[in-house]
Amino acid sequence: MIAFNQVSKRYPGGYEALKHVSFELAKGEMAFLSGHSGAGKSTLLKLIAAIERPTSGSVLVNNQNVSVLKKGALPYLRRNLGLIFQDHKLLFDRTVFDNVLLPLQICGFDHRESGKRVRAALDKVGLLNREKSNPIALSGGEQQRLCIARAIVNRPSILLADEPTGNLDAEYAQEIMAIFNSFHQVGVTLLISTHDADMLRNSHVRVIALKHGEIQHPASHPEPVHSAGTGPA
Amino acid sequence: MMSALNQHLGVMKTALRRMFTSPLAGFLNILVIGIALSLPAGMYVLLQNTQNLVAQLSGSPQISLFLTMETTADDVAQLRNQLERHAGIRGIEFISRTAALEQLGQNTGLEDVIAGLEDNPLPDAYVVSPTAIDARSLDELRNELQRLPGVELAQLDSAWAYKLEAILELARIAVLVLASLLSLGLIAITFNTIRLQILTQRDEIQIARLIGATDAFIRRPFMYFGALQGLFGGIAAWLIIALGLQLLRLPLATLSQLYSSTFSLQPLSFSDSLSLLLFSVYLGWLGAWLSVARHLSQTEPR
Repeated sequence: MIAFNQVSKRYPGGYEALKHVSFELAKGEMAFLSGHSGAGKSTLLKLIAAIERPTSGSVLVNNQNVSVLKKGALPYLRRNLGLIFQDHKLLFDRTVFDNVLLPLQICGFDHRESGKRVRAALDKVGLLNREKSNPIALSGGEQQRLCIARAIVNRPSILLADEPTGNLDAEYAQEIMAIFNSFHQVGVTLLISTHDADMLRNSHVRVIALKHGEIQHPASHPEPVHSAGTGPA
Repeated sequence: MMSALNQHLGVMKTALRRMFTSPLAGFLNILVIGIALSLPAGMYVLLQNTQNLVAQLSGSPQISLFLTMETTADDVAQLRNQLERHAGIRGIEFISRTAALEQLGQNTGLEDVIAGLEDNPLPDAYVVSPTAIDARSLDELRNELQRLPGVELAQLDSAWAYKLEAILELARIAVLVLASLLSLGLIAITFNTIRLQILTQRDEIQIARLIGATDAFIRRPFMYFGALQGLFGGIAAWLIIALGLQLLRLPLATLSQLYSSTFSLQPLSFSDSLSLLLFSVYLGWLGAWLSVARHLSQTEPR
C-alpha cells in the first residue's frame, strides 16, 4: 500500500530530514511512526501526500510513484488519503457540518448523499449533536475528532495522522486511539506519528522508529522515548 | 448534470456572501466600477443623440449653384443639360432670379423694400442634389461645378454638418480612449479585490488543496466573484446613465420646444445595454483570472 525505497529529503539550506528511509506498509496495516520532534516524522507523512517531494528515492502509494506525480494529478492522490493534522486545520468561518462537507464538495458529491455521509462521519467520532456549532466552540479533543471526521468522510483507504494526540491529555488521546482502532478493524491502512511514549507502550501495534531522519532497527519493538509526551512537537 | 449545476449555484452563493460580508466595501467597489463604466458609456449615449440631431437638421446635402448675372436663357438651358447628364447628380431644381426675389420677399416680409429696388440683385440659381453623401465626394463635386462656365459660386449647403461630423468623429475617438483606460482601471480594481480575497481565504485555500481540491475548484469562487462584481458594476453604470438622461430630459424638452423641434433624448438601446453588461462581466472575469493566476501559486501548502 505504502512503500518507501531509499528515500532522502534535504530541505533548501542543507538540513537533511530523512536519510535513506525504506519501509513498507501493507494494505490494512496499522503502524505508529515514533521519534523525537525533528526526527523526520512530519516530513515522512508529507512525502506520502506529496506535500513535499523527496530529494532522492521513490515513494509508492497504491503502486503509484507519488514523488514524480504531475501537479495536476495531486488532488486525485489526496482524495484517496485522509489527512489528520496536529493543528487540526479547521475552518472557523463555517459550522462543524460544513467543515466535514468540504471534502465532498471538492469531489463534487451529490447534495443529498453528502449530507448523509457527513452525519455518518460525525456520528463515528461522536460529534453528531454538535453539527451546527462553530468549531471554535469545541474543546481540543473535539476539534481533533472533527478533523478525523473530515479525513474519513471521503472513505479513504489510507489515513495519515500527524501527532493526533500531541496536545491532548491521556483521556482524550485514548478516545482518539479507540476511533483509529475501529478504522483499522474495517480495513483502513493507518500511519500515525506520535512521540507519546505511553501510547507506544500500551499497544501492540507495529512501530516505525525514526531518529535523526533514519529508521531504527529492529522496528518491531518500540524504543523508549525520553520525551514526557506533553510538549508540542 | 444537476449536481454540477447545484455546485455552480453554491459557488455563486459563496461569492455573493463574500462580496457582502462587509456590505459597505462591497457596495463601494460596485459603485466605483459603475462610475468608471458610466463615463464612457454615458458619453457614448450623448454622442449617439448628437448624431441623430445632426442627421435630423442637415437632411440630405445640397449644392447651390449661383449663376453669373450675365447668363442668358441659352446658358441656363445648356447648363441644365450638363447637370442632368452628370452621374454624380440625383436631381436639380432651377430657381430663377425673379422667383428667388419673390421668395425672399415672402420669407422676410420685406416686399415693400424689394418693390422699391431698381434692379433684381439676385442671380439665377440651380439647387443640385448629389448622389454621394460623404464629405470628400461632395467637396469634389462642388469644385467641379464651380468650374462650369456661367457658375459664379457653388456652395455646399451642409458644410457645417460635415464639420460637426468631423468633430463628432474626434469625440468618438476620445470616448474610445477613455473607455479603454477605464476598462484597464476596472480590471485593476478587480485584480486587487481578488488579491485581498485570496489573502483572507489563504487558510481555506491551503486546506482545500490538502484534501484534494483541484486548481479549478479553488479558482471558481474567485472567478464568479469577479464576474458578479462586474455585472453589478455594469448595472450600476446603466442606472447612473438612466438617471443622468432623466435629469437632462426636462430641460432639453423645454429647449427643443423653444426651437420648435421634436428632438428627444434616446436612452441606451437594448442591445447597447446588453453589450455594456456583458463587457463589464467580461472585464471583471478577466481581472479575477489575472489575479488568481498571479496569486494562487503563492498559497501552495508548505
